[in-house]
Amino acid sequence: MSSTATTQTRFEELDRYIDALPDRKGALIQVLHVAQDLFGYLPQDVQMHVARRLNIPAAKVFGVVTFYSFFNTEPRGQFTISVCLGTACFVRGSEDVLKEFEKQLRIGRDQTTADNLITLTTIRCVGACGLAPVVMVNDRVYGRVSAKDVASIIDDCMAQGGK
Amino acid sequence: MNRYRMHLMVCGGTGCRSSHSVQIVEALNQELKRAGMDQEVQVVTTGCFGFCEKGPIVKVYPDNVFYIEVKPTDAAELVAEHVVKGRTVQRLVYKDPAGGQRIAASTDMPFYGQQIRIALRNCGLIDPESIDEYISVDGYQALGKALSSMTQQQVVDALKKSGLRGRGGAGFPTGLKWQAALKTRSDKKYVVCNADEGDPGAFMDRSVLEGDPHSVVEAMAIAGYAIGADEGVVYVRAEYPLAVKRLKIAIAQAEEYGLLGAGILGTAFSFRIRLSLGAGAFVCGEETALLNSVEGGRGEPRMKPPFPAEKGLFGKPTVINNVETFANVCPILLNGPEWFASIGTEKSKGTKVFALSGKINNVGLAEVPMGITLREIIENIGGGVRNGRAFKAVQTGGPSGGCIPKSMLDLPIDYESLAAAGAMMGSGGMIVMDDTDCMVNIAKYYLDFTVDESCGKCTPCRVGNKRLFEILQRITDGKGTMKDLEDLETLGGTIRDCSLCQLGQTAPNPVLSTLKHFRDEYLAHVVEKRCPSGVCQNLIHYRVVAEKCIGCTVCARNCPVSCIAGERKSPHVIDEDKCIKCGVCFTKCPVDAIVKE
Amino acid sequence: MAKLKSLEELAKLREDMRTRTEMRVTGTNPDRVVLSVGMATCGIAAGARDTMKALAEELAAHGIENVSVVATGCLGYCYAEPVVEVRFPDKGPILYGDVDAKRAKEIVDQHLVKGILLDHAIIGKGAGRR
Ligand SMILES: Cc1cc2nc3c(=O)[nH]c(=O)nc-3n(C[C@H](O)[C@H](O)[C@H](O)COP(=O)(O)O)c2cc1C
Ligand code: SF4
Ligand code: SF4
Ligand code: SF4
Ligand code: FES
Ligand code: FES
Ligand code: FES
Repeated sequence: MSSTATTQTRFEELDRYIDALPDRKGALIQVLHVAQDLFGYLPQDVQMHVARRLNIPAAKVFGVVTFYSFFNTEPRGQFTISVCLGTACFVRGSEDVLKEFEKQLRIGRDQTTADNLITLTTIRCVGACGLAPVVMVNDRVYGRVSAKDVASIIDDCMAQGGK
Repeated sequence: MNRYRMHLMVCGGTGCRSSHSVQIVEALNQELKRAGMDQEVQVVTTGCFGFCEKGPIVKVYPDNVFYIEVKPTDAAELVAEHVVKGRTVQRLVYKDPAGGQRIAASTDMPFYGQQIRIALRNCGLIDPESIDEYISVDGYQALGKALSSMTQQQVVDALKKSGLRGRGGAGFPTGLKWQAALKTRSDKKYVVCNADEGDPGAFMDRSVLEGDPHSVVEAMAIAGYAIGADEGVVYVRAEYPLAVKRLKIAIAQAEEYGLLGAGILGTAFSFRIRLSLGAGAFVCGEETALLNSVEGGRGEPRMKPPFPAEKGLFGKPTVINNVETFANVCPILLNGPEWFASIGTEKSKGTKVFALSGKINNVGLAEVPMGITLREIIENIGGGVRNGRAFKAVQTGGPSGGCIPKSMLDLPIDYESLAAAGAMMGSGGMIVMDDTDCMVNIAKYYLDFTVDESCGKCTPCRVGNKRLFEILQRITDGKGTMKDLEDLETLGGTIRDCSLCQLGQTAPNPVLSTLKHFRDEYLAHVVEKRCPSGVCQNLIHYRVVAEKCIGCTVCARNCPVSCIAGERKSPHVIDEDKCIKCGVCFTKCPVDAIVKE
Repeated sequence: MAKLKSLEELAKLREDMRTRTEMRVTGTNPDRVVLSVGMATCGIAAGARDTMKALAEELAAHGIENVSVVATGCLGYCYAEPVVEVRFPDKGPILYGDVDAKRAKEIVDQHLVKGILLDHAIIGKGAGRR
């Protein structure tokens, strides 16, 4: 997601992707992935746009968006901190890590800080169980995280924030 | 450039250290000095060799000789014989319990044979982003062989004969699946690779995709040839960005080399592969839900039959296999189905990759032949339970599986025996739990997972599992009754029998298996209102043992809600009503005068 | 790279490429040492990129040229990530665990240059690999 792009250019880019599709049959989820990459989330106007361009009912788009946990209908912070609650991480104490994030960020699960910097969520296994407990910040994986490391992960985000 | 010509590697793992490996290092150094060899030979301490019961271990590098049960007093002989004269000390090498044969080279030891790498053959060996390296280790030879010298039926027959069964969970024979798809007439067919790996704690598919993506690409093309499909789809989790990246690179390279695309290797066979990204729904790992998702819809399971081999993606015949299943295909074609069938047990052939995690020392991947026992995996390969705690259970099969207790550790692993134990092979995640894990809480954890992931299409799963979860919640809150235990069993049985897809059908497994094997823990929660592992917050009580307390006031000063009272140098008391059970006092007390019960 | 049009062309390419990876499989290429770094998700998360970089820098600092550093997949020892495997020609592989930048430099300075194995860093289990 680039912050400089205007809504207009984002829609244009989305259209370019849709137009380049060899086959629109079954493309909805892939289109939504691209749309979420561009817009950061999937507000109603984007969903409507996708429905029109793919020539499918908006209700179907909405049904798909709400079915999959990967798609968000609310804006997210610049950083999404996802604490792994998969079994391997769970038995190694990832709940304590989550609680510590909640405490330090003063937000709950699936909430975003007031400055729109950080969204806190949970995931279930990123496949790095060898490093449990695991925390993901956007695409970056932090392993062997304990409650003590929470402050420094947040600091990392603050330091990179705004860029 | 080598200063040392030889190295004596002494195991410094926990097991060997407790049997005096540190003294062995000292003794060896002394002997080397005495023999004037200390500038030529280095003694080095290493991590565990995974053979702790025969420790202490000394391995000679680069000679590859492996000594077991070495005592400090053996140092003189080892140096005089092996180091100085170059003769192996026979009495210290491993003796095969079966044949009585002495085996000196570690690579020949049956113990190391416990790990056979078929699916993981190239992981950690080649550069996954280089098709050239893959080709150099016989990559695309199996595809070449199939295209040039095998009929479609012969490829299917080879798979049938190999006995390969699906590694995605259910264990359906792969050859039969391919046969059904080959038999069904259609203008269009598909090959789908299930790389959704939603089972938390399982990461073998990710490792294959990240470490050897071409092996999956090649096997999909072979499947395409075998059933007469020209299009493949890999459905991969969006949570695996690196796997997605490497798959994309692999597909592009194969296209560039003409190993995917039109007229592969000068034959009439054409095959393309595209990726389809998942979007975070566990149920999409179920094959028919997955097909709906690839078609761009909600990932809700379909009724079976018709099976995908007859009516799959876009209504066309489709073979759908798991990543690890595909990773086994090329070696089967190259080495022959007989070779594959010679590994494993009567009904479960070949190897299985397990992802070991949880409270175990050596978290990681292990590929072992079917039929090996859980104990061998956990103790030898996994190196036992972390921090010297007591083993309680191992969970296999994820949210569809169950917990296997200590008494069943000698169970040989195959599809049937795990199912009989109330667990499941599943995808191969193995999560080890120790005595600090509460089994009721673990069951609740899995139910929370299935409630969250249920697609909501059918009632037993949508509502039933929610009820199960609520009962477990009551029990862990200390409000459970004996009736609740009964209800868990009857309701669990109903959900198992009446749900549409396997997500619902298997969801009660974690509850039913823990109820069966760890009933005492449930009873403690319900009858005594006590959590034996000290996990369930509402059932924990902290108490100061007056006789032990020295009145240092540390606990009182650290309690966040100031609910500990007492004079300096006299026993303190916790006000139970105010206590929030944070456990701070318990960890801070210098004389362990506070107990958790 | 032109498309491969026949099985023969594929076989030929395999022979050409063999020498490139042979040493890693059998350790028979006489004049190259191979350092493989596990670069799967968990390896990278544990800092394998820094390890790679440190290895390359240290090799350059010593002017060593007959060593290849390759990124590879999961070696199976996730608990000890980052993992680096050292293969000298005609010798069994040595697997090092928890290789941070400091240990990576030591691998070059000690093991590669002086032939001294690092104490308390070798994964014993790696000893039985092929
Ligand atoms: C709820 C549920 C989740 C599943 N998740 C996966 C998965 O993540 N990966 C997978 O390969 N199979 C999964 N399966 C099994 C598939 O339905 C199917 O059996 C498998 O892809 C067939 O391939 P195989 O025969 O090669 O194992 C799941 C099944 C169910 C019921
Ligand atoms: S059993 Fe559960 S997941 Fe499966 S179809 Fe029914 S509601 Fe959906
Ligand atoms: S557990 Fe926490 S709240 Fe309770 S007495 Fe101890 S320190 Fe105070
Ligand atoms: S910390 Fe322990 S010894 Fe000190 S006052 Fe509290 S209970 Fe007594
Ligand atoms: S359970 Fe957390 S990464 Fe697998
Ligand atoms: S501790 Fe030495 S072999 Fe395991
Ligand atoms: S993924 Fe790193 S060793 Fe397994």
